[in-house]
Amino acid sequence: MTALPDKTALTAASFKSDYRPVWCPGCGHYSVLSSLTKALAELGLQREEVAVVSGIGCSSRIPAYTSVYGFHSVHGRALPVATGLKVSRPDLTVIVTGGDGDGYSIGGNHFLHACRRNVDLTYVVMDNQVYGMTKGQASPTTPADWDKSKLTPRGTGVSPFHPLAVALAAGANFIARCYAGDPNGTARVITEAVRHPGFSMVQVLSQCVTYQPGQKEWKTTVRKADVTTTSDVELAARWLMADDGLSTGILYLGNRPVYRPELRASASLEDLETAFRV
Amino acid sequence: MSDQTVSIAITGAGGAGVMTAAQMLLDAAASAGLYGLMARSSGPQIRGGEVAAFLRLGARPIECVDDRFDVMVALDWLNVERFAAEIVLDAESLVLCDQDAGEPPPRITATGACLTALPLQETVKSLEGGRLNMVGLGVLAGLTGLPEEIVGEVAAKALKKRGPAVLDAGLAGIRAGIGLVEGMAGSCRLAAGTSTAARWNFSGNEAAGLGAVRGGVRFVAAYPITPATEILEWLAPNLEKVGGVLVQAEDELASINMIIGSSFGGTPSLTATSGPGLALMMESIGLAVSSETPIVVVNVMRGGPSTGIPTKSEQSDLNIALYGLHGDAPHVVTAAHSIADCQFTTQWSVHLAEQLQVPVIVLTDQSLGQSRAVLDRPADLAFISRRETAAASVTDYRRYALTASGVSAMAIPGTPGGEYVADGLEHAISGRPSSAAEDHAAQLDKRARKLELFDYGQHWANIEGDGPLCVLTWGSCAGPAREACARAKAIGIATRLIVLRLLAPAQEKQFAAAIDGVDRLLIVEQSHSKQFYRYLRAYYDLPGNVRLFSRPGPLPIRPGEVLEHMKAWS
Repeated sequence: MTALPDKTALTAASFKSDYRPVWCPGCGHYSVLSSLTKALAELGLQREEVAVVSGIGCSSRIPAYTSVYGFHSVHGRALPVATGLKVSRPDLTVIVTGGDGDGYSIGGNHFLHACRRNVDLTYVVMDNQVYGMTKGQASPTTPADWDKSKLTPRGTGVSPFHPLAVALAAGANFIARCYAGDPNGTARVITEAVRHPGFSMVQVLSQCVTYQPGQKEWKTTVRKADVTTTSDVELAARWLMADDGLSTGILYLGNRPVYRPELRASASLEDLETAFRV
Repeated sequence: MSDQTVSIAITGAGGAGVMTAAQMLLDAAASAGLYGLMARSSGPQIRGGEVAAFLRLGARPIECVDDRFDVMVALDWLNVERFAAEIVLDAESLVLCDQDAGEPPPRITATGACLTALPLQETVKSLEGGRLNMVGLGVLAGLTGLPEEIVGEVAAKALKKRGPAVLDAGLAGIRAGIGLVEGMAGSCRLAAGTSTAARWNFSGNEAAGLGAVRGGVRFVAAYPITPATEILEWLAPNLEKVGGVLVQAEDELASINMIIGSSFGGTPSLTATSGPGLALMMESIGLAVSSETPIVVVNVMRGGPSTGIPTKSEQSDLNIALYGLHGDAPHVVTAAHSIADCQFTTQWSVHLAEQLQVPVIVLTDQSLGQSRAVLDRPADLAFISRRETAAASVTDYRRYALTASGVSAMAIPGTPGGEYVADGLEHAISGRPSSAAEDHAAQLDKRARKLELFDYGQHWANIEGDGPLCVLTWGSCAGPAREACARAKAIGIATRLIVLRLLAPAQEKQFAAAIDGVDRLLIVEQSHSKQFYRYLRAYYDLPGNVRLFSRPGPLPIRPGEVLEHMKAWS
């Protein structure tokens, strides 16, 4: 989307609100918020043209920390809210933000169908492998032997799943992984994700300093992916399943048709009555 | 205008064409200037199960089934046990069956009905490409006196695309059927139709769809569920024609949240479901209350609880519609009371939702939704959605500002200066989350006040008559109640009928005025746990003398039953 000539191009700072985030010092989400606002500025958008939709969780607090339109909805339901908004208002740029619990657990079904439906949305999942807001429970991406939660004191015993492989199989049109420790890289990927048509999935490894302090090792273990972006689903699937979940980059670019109904009237209200007339 | 009606039951195995014949009979009655109501009953199988069609035809608009059937045409006797309780027969009823279909079930003969066996299958076999249902249609045309030309025209229209052979066989079948009953008793003759009014033939579900679109709805997200699916089937192509869209969601949780998102974007939005789906939607209906997002949820009630009886009607979702939200979550609940009123109430509900920025739950039921009626064209209505929105380049915008009416302007995305975050969290007037006592109190008051202060006008209820014996009811019970009141009036009992259309918020002052002078109040409803009665007790002062006629589904409430209660009290 190009900014109209008579509108001032906004800086990243203009996309931030003056609301102080509730996050812990050192939380990865501060960096993701910066990346998001950088991307909006880079895309040359106006505040009123953007809506950020979230569910419930620490990362779902993001809409209030931006100065654009937003909907802080209920746990797991950000994607359908965003879908309804984008389908009826295709002129808006709609971004969905949330965490691994909100998105993959209670939101799991909507995640599958949003990928399938391929509406032009960008979904930024801040994955810290834990439920932070409710004080430290395992999520669908937590390792099976993580025993720090009072709910699962001997570990969940349940293996985490591969969200990006699931996104690919479900039909997502753009798949990327980023790291909150690289805000500029994340900003670039979000910009590309918004630009790419269809459902764009961006998983950001965003450390939880309070409940997953071990994630500081991501500084050394996260690396740039050693593959180039592919449009080959089979190749992407094999690579994603083989990867340890710590490689960053734009991993898959699809070209499936985007779900965008036309919304054009071709008849009047009176015409609808004809079928009823005796 | 003659009050006489004829009630007809047609039964047969699925695939025998019972519904086709019934539909043609209704269409023929319509063409002949008559009115009618058609309902159906079927087994659970998608293919091959047993089917029964119930019609009531007459020279005046018909809103409910009668107490009994004048004639039953049984194309065969397979599984007719299933419908026995619904097909009320007596010594004056005619039962026509096939002489080659075996013995009629004892339950049918025990009614004392006048049984006549006809050579139906034999007639079918004597015709080239003959079909049983077309002979049955002819039999009914002959008995009711519907002109052969009119029935033939209707059949021609319906069968045209099946080719000339099928059409000719159909017309021959009708003629043969008429021939079979020539000279039979004229007790089922219909008085001639004289209606020159513009009339429609539609179902309650179609009416609800039309009401939604007329009210301004242009986005629907929904999940199929019996008995609401036809609303969606009508909306899918028709919304598209007027520039809207229907999205089939993955479940009801997606449906309700999609329409919230769409409404947030400025588009009047609606979904339709039944009890189990409504239960799933409760959390997000609360989100719509808290974020003050207008939405309409049409709930076509069916037998409950849980999976219940999906293909039958009941009025047992009143409780969940009124009380199903967690927290103090005031919202609007309306109810349609006839097939035509499905259109009126849905359209009015869209208007209320938009005006008050609130979810409105519209209650209809299976008997209204899936029955077809020939009735006078419903009047055009003045309500269209009128949402109060923030002007472009608004300054110092406060989404949830405390206004006198309780309604605050909603900034639609795309409006510069109006940027805000809609939230389910309790909030300050800016929309920022807040747990402060004064913010919670202020916003709770705002959300309640906006509904309480609004003038709902005359539409909150239909009040007919001013007698001291009052029947108070809602939804599809209105039809039998109205007919009972008409019969009571004819025998000198002065009645009053109050049918509530607005259930929440309660209208105390108006209700008190409506029952002024009532000394006997008969409450009629179709639930087991007296949901309507308990609701009335909770919100209204009832007069001293109150009686209750309540029964759960699946059998319809009949006018004669209501009349018996009224007579016992006169």
